[in-house]
Order: sequence, then C-alpha cells, then structure tokens
Amino acid sequence: MASPWRMIGGAVGLVALAVGVLAVVYLTAPATPGPDLARSKASAKGVFTVAIAPEMGDIRQGELHSWLVTLKTRKGAPVEDAKIIVGGGMPEHAHGLPTSPEATAYLGGGRYRIEGVKFSMSGWWQLKLGISSPVGADQATFNLVM
Amino acid sequence: MKRSLINCVAIAVSLAATLAGCSQPEFTEAEKRTIASMSLSALAPLPPDPTNRFADDPGAAALGATLFFDTGMSRDGNVACGTCHKIDRQFQDDLPRGVGVAETNRRTMPLAGVARDPFFFWDGRRDSLWAQALTPLENPLEHAGNRAAYVHYLKRRFGERYERIFRPLPDLSAVPPNAGPFGTPAEQTAWHAMTEQQRRDVNLVFADIGKAIAAFERSISHGQTRFDRFADAVAKGSTPAGDNALSEEEQAGLRLFIGRANCSTCHTGPRFTDNHFHNTGVPPVPGLPADRGRTAVLNEVLADPFNCFGKFRDGGDEACGELKFMQKSAPELVRAYKTPSLRGVADRPPYMHAGQFATLEQVLDHYAKAPAPVEGVSEIHPVALSDRERAELVAFLKTLSD
Repeated sequence: MASPWRMIGGAVGLVALAVGVLAVVYLTAPATPGPDLARSKASAKGVFTVAIAPEMGDIRQGELHSWLVTLKTRKGAPVEDAKIIVGGGMPEHAHGLPTSPEATAYLGGGRYRIEGVKFSMSGWWQLKLGISSPVGADQATFNLVM
Repeated sequence: MKRSLINCVAIAVSLAATLAGCSQPEFTEAEKRTIASMSLSALAPLPPDPTNRFADDPGAAALGATLFFDTGMSRDGNVACGTCHKIDRQFQDDLPRGVGVAETNRRTMPLAGVARDPFFFWDGRRDSLWAQALTPLENPLEHAGNRAAYVHYLKRRFGERYERIFRPLPDLSAVPPNAGPFGTPAEQTAWHAMTEQQRRDVNLVFADIGKAIAAFERSISHGQTRFDRFADAVAKGSTPAGDNALSEEEQAGLRLFIGRANCSTCHTGPRFTDNHFHNTGVPPVPGLPADRGRTAVLNEVLADPFNCFGKFRDGGDEACGELKFMQKSAPELVRAYKTPSLRGVADRPPYMHAGQFATLEQVLDHYAKAPAPVEGVSEIHPVALSDRERAELVAFLKTLSD
C-alpha cells in the first residue's frame, strides 16, 4: 500500500535533486566570453596599427568626450594626412551612435582627435573607424562596454 | 519503508527550500554598483550654462519665476507656463496632452532636473533651456502670442526689473504692438516690415525672457526618495532599514528593472534617463497630426535662430558640442522620442509622449509585448513578464515617489 507513496516521494526527491544539480551547473558555468576590448589592434586588412584612448582619461556614460586615435603603418611609422570617418553603435540594439563624432584635428605623430563621442546607454558599444590615407585605406572596429 | 519515504520528502523539502531561497538572493556586487549609480547622491552638481550668462543670477531667476506664472504672457491673458507645468503636480498637468489656448499634440513634461537635458521637448527640437522656454510662447496651441507683444508687455510690466538685471531696453516706439515670424498672417507681415535693427532688438529682449525663465527652471530639482535612501545604504554596505528599506516585492522589481526587463538600459543613472531618443513602438494617437518624432525636427533645431550657433548665445561656441555633433540623419530617429526620467513617475499618469497609456500596468504590457511600430524600427524586444513580476516592477517604480 505504501508503494505508490514511496514512488511519488522518490520521484519528487529525484526531480528536486536534478533541479539542484542543474542549478549548480548553471551557477558555475563559465560566463559567455565578452567582445574583444583591445584598444590597440591591426586594422581589418592589416594596413594600419590603430590605437584609441579617451583624451581625458575616464569615460562618463552620457557625456560628450574626445578620443585620440593613433595611426601607424605596420612598420611603425606615423600615418599623416589620414581622413577618419567615425561610425558605430550598439550591436545588440537597432541603433548607431547617439551623436555624429568627427575627426577635428591632427596632432602630429600619427595622432588624430575625435570629438563628439557619447555613449548614452549601458551595454556593448562599437566604435568603427573608416580610414583613408596616402598609404592605403582600411577600417578598424573597437568594442567598448559601458 | 516509512523511514525512506520520510527521508525522500525531507531531502525534497530541503532542496526546494534552498531553491526558493535562491529566488531572493542578495544583490550581486555588479547589481549593487548599478543601484548605487542610480541614487540621487550619484548625480553630479548642476553644470553651468555658459550660453546663458544670467543662468545663475538670482535676480534673473526671480524675474523668470514671475514670468513663468504670469498669464499675461499669452495672447488671451489666460495661459502661463505654470498653466500646464503645475507647481504642485511635478510641473506637469496629469492630462494626456497639454492644454494651452487649445489642446496640444504632446504630453506636458515634468520639469525636475530639466536643466540637465541636452535637448528639449519630447523630440529635442530645441538645444537649450532658454531657447525651449521661448517656443511655447509663440505656439498657436499654447500661449499663442507673438514676440513683439511679449517685449512690449515686458517693458510695460517689468521694464525696471529687466534693465536692472539684463541691459537697457531698446527703443520700441516704432515696433508694432503685434509682430512675429510665427503669428497670424498680419503679425508675420508686420514682422517682415520691421527693420533688421528692430527685429534684432526684439529678438534680443525675447531671448532674455527665455534666459530669465531658464534661470528659474534651473532651481527645479529632484527630491530624495525611498529608493535613494535604500541605494545609499546599499552603496555603504549597510543594511537598509526603516524608512530606507525596500520590501521583498520592491527589491524583486528593482532586480528586474536593472536585469531581465532591460529597463535600465535607457532609464539609466540618477535621473533614470539616457537623455536620448528611441523608437519603442509607442502607437500614435488617432486623430492627431502625423508625428515622426526626432527625425522631423533635426532641421528645425539646426535652423533655430536661438540655438547654440546663433548670435543670442552668451560665451563661446565650445559650449555647442551637443548641437555640433548631433546625430543628423539616422533611421532609428524615426518616431524616436526622449527617454523620460522615471523619478516621480507613479504619481503622474498618463504616460508616453501623447499620453497613450493610462497606467503603469499598460506601459509594462507594451514593453513586454514590444509591438511593431507604425513606422521605423523599434529598439525593444518582447520580454516575458508574469503578473507577479509586473506587480513587482510597479512596486519598485513607486519607490521613486516616496
């Protein structure tokens, strides 16, 4: 007579155990690897080495700020007379950057100032630089997480 | 046999209890950082407005307050800024759409912290608080006046105060009593018949009216709420208690808000807004004129003679970054509207840019379903929210009013 109860009890116990094991597996699983956050990299086709850095140090979400882009050839020579077009956005949302940043000055030594950057939301952003110069044209994409 | 049954039940109960305990865990360190970042204590001091050199002048703010509540600042003498921006109602009016001389097409926005916005109105059609303040004065559905009449009125009623704060008034003796670029055909004709010097004189005093009202509006700030006290305690690592505590339900709502419900992606920071414009698929109101949101006003803000590039700006053009680097063409600006602050939100239905939703529950229903927009692309995606989770989110939002 006790057999059905025993089976029900056992089933409940097994289900609870399985849920517990799954919870442990879920909680200890490695996090999804995030995007590559390197601030210096070869451009897509390898024409340039491109490095970016915020001009004033820390970036504050929601505030206009400037970046310095340093362009070098693969051999390390500074790239002059480059034109840089800035694009980007949030890959996980259906939108681009909230502003239209522009390269506003050449500072020498392959360094260019990009003004008017703003990251208005938390999450994964991309800054895409389209570069044309006397040594060639290429693009570079940088990931940033706010 | 009985003992093994009891053992099984005991194991099941203890596991179930452990898992139930997991449904309300402590906030993670990352969550605590996010919560702290949303506290009013994390709000930076109000930055100066170099485009308005009277922005922090107490005399200008006092004159601005007088003008803000003065129904004489309208065509028929019945409408003031304070008619829709009601001082005892968070400077809004509880109506789906504001009513000045006639019903407008947009929900009246509350004004707390407004001086921190980079762009104004639901669609951002002005780029400074003082340029914003001028716009309803000449809107035929709002104050419905014209700038020549406002300048004459200012001289008649407040001339001495104005001159003490701003500058000597120009000679207005030859300026028609009613003239302006947006008024009736007769007023527009009169405006264009004025000399360039007369138009410049009137525009300068008109801009000062906006600067005085802006100086007053800069003083309208957010008040501390129970959420802020809770967030400050969390930030300090202490246990919120008494007036600083949030209930289990409110905390669950907060966890959803900054987590799975994705609210804080746009409703971010101490003001719960990213100050940007988004298409979230909010439906148009039948019967209202076509409304394409942000994309429709990009040329308007760039052409506004009172914008940061214009000659009525004080200070240098280094203050004009927001306008200079404004997103000028992007598909996502179609039917995009400003993310409103959520402080005090539970006390001011209806919601959205034209009062489309009567309750917070309707707002959550919209965001959960994420319907396709009538035009453009919506940025939001459906999210499964149970009735209980919706109640938790509403409970959390109410802590932004206490």
